[in-house]
Amino acid sequence: MREVFDDVERWRAGGHRIAVARVVGLEGSGPRDPGATMVVNDAGEVAGSVSGGCVEGAVVTAALEVLDGSRERGVISFGYSDDEAFAVGLTCGGTIHLYLEPLDW
Amino acid sequence: MSAVDHLLSDTLRDTLRADRPVALATVIDGPGLGAKLLVRPGEEPLGTLGDADLDRVVARDSLAELDAGLTSTRHYGAHGEARERDVTVFVESFAPAPRMIIFGAVDFTAALARAGKLLGFRVTVCDARPVFATPQRFPMADEVVNDWPDRHLATVADRLGPRDAVCVLTHDTKFDVPAIVGAVATGVGYIGAMGSRRTHAARVERLREAGLTDADLARVMAPIGLDIGSRTPEETAVAVCAEIIANRSGVAAPNLRDGTGPIHRPAGG
Repeated sequence: MREVFDDVERWRAGGHRIAVARVVGLEGSGPRDPGATMVVNDAGEVAGSVSGGCVEGAVVTAALEVLDGSRERGVISFGYSDDEAFAVGLTCGGTIHLYLEPLDW
Repeated sequence: MSAVDHLLSDTLRDTLRADRPVALATVIDGPGLGAKLLVRPGEEPLGTLGDADLDRVVARDSLAELDAGLTSTRHYGAHGEARERDVTVFVESFAPAPRMIIFGAVDFTAALARAGKLLGFRVTVCDARPVFATPQRFPMADEVVNDWPDRHLATVADRLGPRDAVCVLTHDTKFDVPAIVGAVATGVGYIGAMGSRRTHAARVERLREAGLTDADLARVMAPIGLDIGSRTPEETAVAVCAEIIANRSGVAAPNLRDGTGPIHRPAGG
């Protein structure tokens, strides 16, 4: 979270709405620890990261859905071992759980 | 949007910028999804998870997690009961940046200060000689202090813990001995001291005279750094930082201290 506040501040000053995704859990091998944070604004700009680049694209899509109201806030998971998983996953074979929400707090 | 709308994130941002400890608890599953509690030592929690008893239990657990530097997902009953799973709470700890204190404003100091910053340390350069220790020479340091090592350590001793590092680069027993004696009196996780094996053998005699025990001396990594054939100040800084990481993680790595060969190998060797 620490590393994205400069961007959050700038985006808020520009009137953007923002979604935030945070790693809340990992199973097996994963590149970033819980707490790793990515923010996405309603123009599709991105700051921070939640993996080694494996799932960021899918997280941006989900974040934009949260901002346009077509997706509820909540936990989303990526990884081949999860039935709910997206088509994308971590190349290292682990499962990553993210909590995605609008930055409305 | 007014600032009031973002009280929690603004408070989190300001607390992080002040390098003060804070934990953020978020309901990520169950009733009150998205509700938050911002917890800071010595202050009333901000926000609510929607239940006063749950708030109380989560605030207590968050302070404990923060103290241990842990970030984790926890489960509670709707009113904070243990061993129930109605509510899932993600507790994220933001501990202040670990500290690296470098004694000695020498050739190697700037490179180590830069490497320390890269690893997220809050870096202090301390030297008793004001001519050498200036912010102009060490613009990458968070703080440049003109003081004797033992006096400076006494002012920060209670803030040094397992994540912090003291690196003694002075090469001069007049400064090395008080720096190492001062460092072993703290809970600092890493103590390293520069100098050849011969220099260190002489220094150990002085340290014993100053009252250090075998257990105290076992905490001192000297010669400082991993044995990776470093030659330049920058390569030496990498060797020191790698040793700090290896000591913290407990992974076996070839420390110069535990080897016997020359510290500096021939070029290309």
